[in-house]
Amino acid sequence: MKKLLGVGGSQDSFTALERTLQRVRNTGDEVVVAVVDNPESTLSADEVEDRVRRALEDVELEAEVRRLEGHAGSGLLELAEAEGFDEIVLGGGRRSNMGKIRVGEIAEFVVLNSRVSVKLVR
Amino acid sequence: MNPEDLPTYSVADADRPPYSLEDREGRTIDVGVATGADVSDLVEMYERFDPADRAQGIPPVRPDEIHRWLEVVLEGYNVVGRHDGDAVAHSMLVDTGEVDTCELAIFVLQPYQGAGIGTRLVESAFGLAYDDGVTAIWLTVERWNHAAIRLYRKLGFQETGGGGMELEMGLRLTE
Repeated sequence: MKKLLGVGGSQDSFTALERTLQRVRNTGDEVVVAVVDNPESTLSADEVEDRVRRALEDVELEAEVRRLEGHAGSGLLELAEAEGFDEIVLGGGRRSNMGKIRVGEIAEFVVLNSRVSVKLVR
Repeated sequence: MNPEDLPTYSVADADRPPYSLEDREGRTIDVGVATGADVSDLVEMYERFDPADRAQGIPPVRPDEIHRWLEVVLEGYNVVGRHDGDAVAHSMLVDTGEVDTCELAIFVLQPYQGAGIGTRLVESAFGLAYDDGVTAIWLTVERWNHAAIRLYRKLGFQETGGGGMELEMGLRLTE
């Protein structure tokens, strides 16, 4: 399976990153990590990319890392369709102190618009 | 949105627990502050909770997770409504991390919904929180949860934002 993992710098996007890399290491699936611009995140794209590359080193996995400029959701959809990905993987949202989950804006856009399957990691 | 621009709710008329109310079905509901001593009754209530009424991941499903969730929630301002001793409704305000701001949620067991219990329990939680210095209330609600949105609007909540699936609403508490 060919997975496109979008990471924008939110906590849940890093959780999705770690879980997916662990899983890919076991399954041998192909994964491309797309560093996207998340206006809700305080990290710069460079900082996000650094963390992605470190996470890859930690699990000793080789994977392509790409930078997507502009609107994150539509960028992910275009890339997924243009290059025949089977699945888009994203963070599953953050919880308030009370425990309510809020799905992030990027995930919401992708879920509502994607033609390929979308996985939100909790 | 600036909190100063939010509509206000006056806590002057909010009943502070304990008290009893008669709901629209004529049932007597005993209202009290919920504390650690109420955990097992609340777990029982949430085990009876209609899964379709779950909102944004709460209440959790498994009893041990309900327990853990309640431990966090009960650090805030909590009001429980009981009928014949059983917990049937629970309003809660939990610190958001922002100054003097709490997040609101209200859960009412299905047979007790639409009887005016939820509104009174929320108002009481506002009273308790305001007496303790809380001045801003915030919540998110799924757009299709019309019953909850109606209740929040009636209390004065105003939309402050939100993406496609949820509304975000806010309210300011005053004397």
